[in-house]
Amino acid sequence: MLRQIGKRFATAIPSVIGVIIVTFLLTRVLPGDTAAYFAGPAATPQAIEEIRKTLGLDRPLPEQFVRYVKDLGRGDFGKSLTTGQPVITDIAQRLPASAELTLLGLIISILIAVPLGILAAVKQGSLIDHACRVVATAGVSLPVFFTGLILVYVFYFILGWSPAPLGRLDIYYSTPPHVTGFYLIDSLIAGDPGTFRAALSQLILPAVTLAIFSLAPITRMTRASMLAVLSSDFVRTARASGLSPRRVIVTYAFRNAMLPVVTTLGMVFSFLLGANVLVEKVFAWPGIGSYAIEALIASDFAPIQGFVLTMAILYVLLNLMIDMLYGVIDPRVRLEG
Amino acid sequence: MTSAPILLDVQNLTVEFMTRRGVVRAVQQVNVSVAKGETVGIVGESGSGKSVTSYAVMRILDRAGRIAEGAITFSGIDVRDAPESEMRDLRGREISMIFQNPRAALNPIRKVGHQIEDVLIEHVQASPSDAREKAIEALRRVRIARPEERYHAYPFELSGGMCQRVVIALALACQPQLLIADEPTTGLDVTTQKAVMDLVVELTRERGMSTILITHDLGLAAAYCDKVVVMEKGKVVEAAPSRDIFKSPQHAYTRKLMRSTPRIGVDLRDLLPEDMPPPAAQVASIDAATDKAPLLVVSNLVKEYPRQGVSGMMAQFFRRKNELPQSDVFRAVDGISFEIRKGESVGLVGESGCGKSTTSMMVMRLLDPTGGMITFDGDDIGAIPAKEFAKLPKRKRIQMVFQDPTDSLNPRFTAVRAIADPIMRLSDIRGRAAVRARCEELAGQVGLPEDLLDRFSHQLSGGQKARVGIARAVALNPELVILDEPTAALDVSVQAVVLNLLQDLKASLGMSYLFVSHDLNVVRLLCDRVIVMRAGKIVEEGLTEEVMSDPKTGYTRELLAAIPHPPL
Repeated sequence: MLRQIGKRFATAIPSVIGVIIVTFLLTRVLPGDTAAYFAGPAATPQAIEEIRKTLGLDRPLPEQFVRYVKDLGRGDFGKSLTTGQPVITDIAQRLPASAELTLLGLIISILIAVPLGILAAVKQGSLIDHACRVVATAGVSLPVFFTGLILVYVFYFILGWSPAPLGRLDIYYSTPPHVTGFYLIDSLIAGDPGTFRAALSQLILPAVTLAIFSLAPITRMTRASMLAVLSSDFVRTARASGLSPRRVIVTYAFRNAMLPVVTTLGMVFSFLLGANVLVEKVFAWPGIGSYAIEALIASDFAPIQGFVLTMAILYVLLNLMIDMLYGVIDPRVRLEG
Repeated sequence: MTSAPILLDVQNLTVEFMTRRGVVRAVQQVNVSVAKGETVGIVGESGSGKSVTSYAVMRILDRAGRIAEGAITFSGIDVRDAPESEMRDLRGREISMIFQNPRAALNPIRKVGHQIEDVLIEHVQASPSDAREKAIEALRRVRIARPEERYHAYPFELSGGMCQRVVIALALACQPQLLIADEPTTGLDVTTQKAVMDLVVELTRERGMSTILITHDLGLAAAYCDKVVVMEKGKVVEAAPSRDIFKSPQHAYTRKLMRSTPRIGVDLRDLLPEDMPPPAAQVASIDAATDKAPLLVVSNLVKEYPRQGVSGMMAQFFRRKNELPQSDVFRAVDGISFEIRKGESVGLVGESGCGKSTTSMMVMRLLDPTGGMITFDGDDIGAIPAKEFAKLPKRKRIQMVFQDPTDSLNPRFTAVRAIADPIMRLSDIRGRAAVRARCEELAGQVGLPEDLLDRFSHQLSGGQKARVGIARAVALNPELVILDEPTAALDVSVQAVVLNLLQDLKASLGMSYLFVSHDLNVVRLLCDRVIVMRAGKIVEEGLTEEVMSDPKTGYTRELLAAIPHPPL
């Protein structure tokens, strides 16, 4: 098992190296002069030149690259010019916020989408099947900022059930002591149900927004793959052996149908993690997506490099997890390793 | 037998399917009865409704199908109107079924032992505490060696024959009264087929069970059944004790079916229906074949594959130092030599996994050999990498007819497009009209009506698809054609026609054939010489008649003995 994980990591090394090179080059060809931005609108050309020199931007590209890689090796992702903090600190602060939001959104989505997909496949052509199609289509066709705003309007403005959409925690509560960076988990570890409830009430609307959006791919994939498996020979054998419908659907059909669903989950998760900028903006969520966007607008390349690299590494880890999950579900994959 | 009480009685059964083109009657007015302890064969070609009949008995028709008319009575229970819960009790406990393609019939990601347990527990034949013991016992009863280990195996870890044993164990676990075997041995090797059928017969006899054997193989039905029901297009055309039916078949369809079944002492031409005139082409040139120059010489051919799980650079890197590298390779083809002369047909026979397909792929130059020489018409073609060979003019001199006529045609191509493909790529014929004319000429040669040329492959029958495959292979006037089980997926009557067609084409176009098959009976009809392979090596080689009548090795004898023969 350990050897397999090691092998998988080894195959990911080239792609990580590729990502490092590409992001480095991309940030260098992006329009906008970092030194000029950093110096401010009133700076003289001389001052800009000086800043450029201190940032090492006057050096040839290969030299800059070597320095960049050396810094990476020491765990130094550079400094954000806008926040003035080391990029690694910024990311360490903001990544858990995004991850917590995305994970909860995904969990909600799975809890609704998978049973819905199974039902739609088992009762193909029924009312449930059509309802499932409508819900999924509606969910994916409404842009997230729109569903997010509607939710805020209904649940905050009209009903007043949820708190103001202003970040991860109401200002009356103090941040729970840092353990995982996930407020829900940290507050539980600290034994603080008040904070837990507060964090959850802040989290629930953006998470539902994400869930509505990601419902479609998961439902459709579950349905399609269940339909394929339900018409396969071994399900016929199971039915011909008189197994109960529950057993046939859960043990025989669903476990086999899970493989494509897991693949989709991985894709949806990595997509959401990087692409939920809009949700973060609507809910003033201090996530990694809005951080990257702000840096991009400011031509602040260190955070962008850091962001892309973090995403790449996360993506590699996620794929590794999915591969391992494959092995748990399907013994044939375990063998090939 | 007739005195035994009737266990299953099917009266006037009609099954309808709702399709996009309206209601299709798959089975019409079928009557079948099975007495206790009796074995009844239902014989027919594809589309005859034999499987649908059995699904109706189990009531596991898919959503589109329904029993429109008739009655099914199983030991006093009205199967047609019984509530679903009662049917569920019946399935697996009273009536069970074994299927074609055993590997697909088992849940691929569940241990076989657990699958047997599921059935035992469902029908309260075992409690969770003793289920494991009983599942192992069920495996032992179907003669699976080391059942305690096999209990933990997944279907992909077992051979096809072993999987079918597991399916049988599953079906017999609850001691049912009726076993329905739907093409239980199709796709298995002859020797495995014999072992599986003997096992089924032995187990059902010793429990006094009734069996329905659904098959397209008359020989199999004759060898194992008390009574045979012949079906054609959803109707029963003849039903009689098997002794009578083979001695004096009454219905024209039964006679046609029997005529076209390859069997000992029968010539290729005899397989054709009585009313079909013998083809005009003469078979004169065959005798002269023996003293012609060799067209293809294969010497000391070897193909090695890395064993699973140790491939790849990374794996090499992470392998522990004390592991031995020798065990990493598996020799699929282990140093074989043979030759094919001009105008000769050579049969390559063996069980699945013996390396015959690998050999044909290497000769076809789709696969690169690990060692040895392939000399075609004086040139060493084995040394040319497969990728480059496709671009050489030599490519058109060796062509192939593939096993599955459906899967080997591009579903988005019409028949004429499929045939034109090699012509446009490799011949000098240019221009729409000229290519079309050549395709029409080829269609005429293989007996494909011209009006079918613009159809897509799903609009063609199995036999028509096979003709398209053959037309495509002979389009470039090749000198050597490799036939990889070209008739394995076809019904016997279609097979008879296709085999005759191949024989005529060979005579008129002067080609050589390398015929790859596991079916000695079919090989015998078409080939001058036979090569028998086992585990990557040639065990016997000789003139077809000699090998068939006087096999030199035990293995060939075993292969020959395993073929079921209709008592004709």
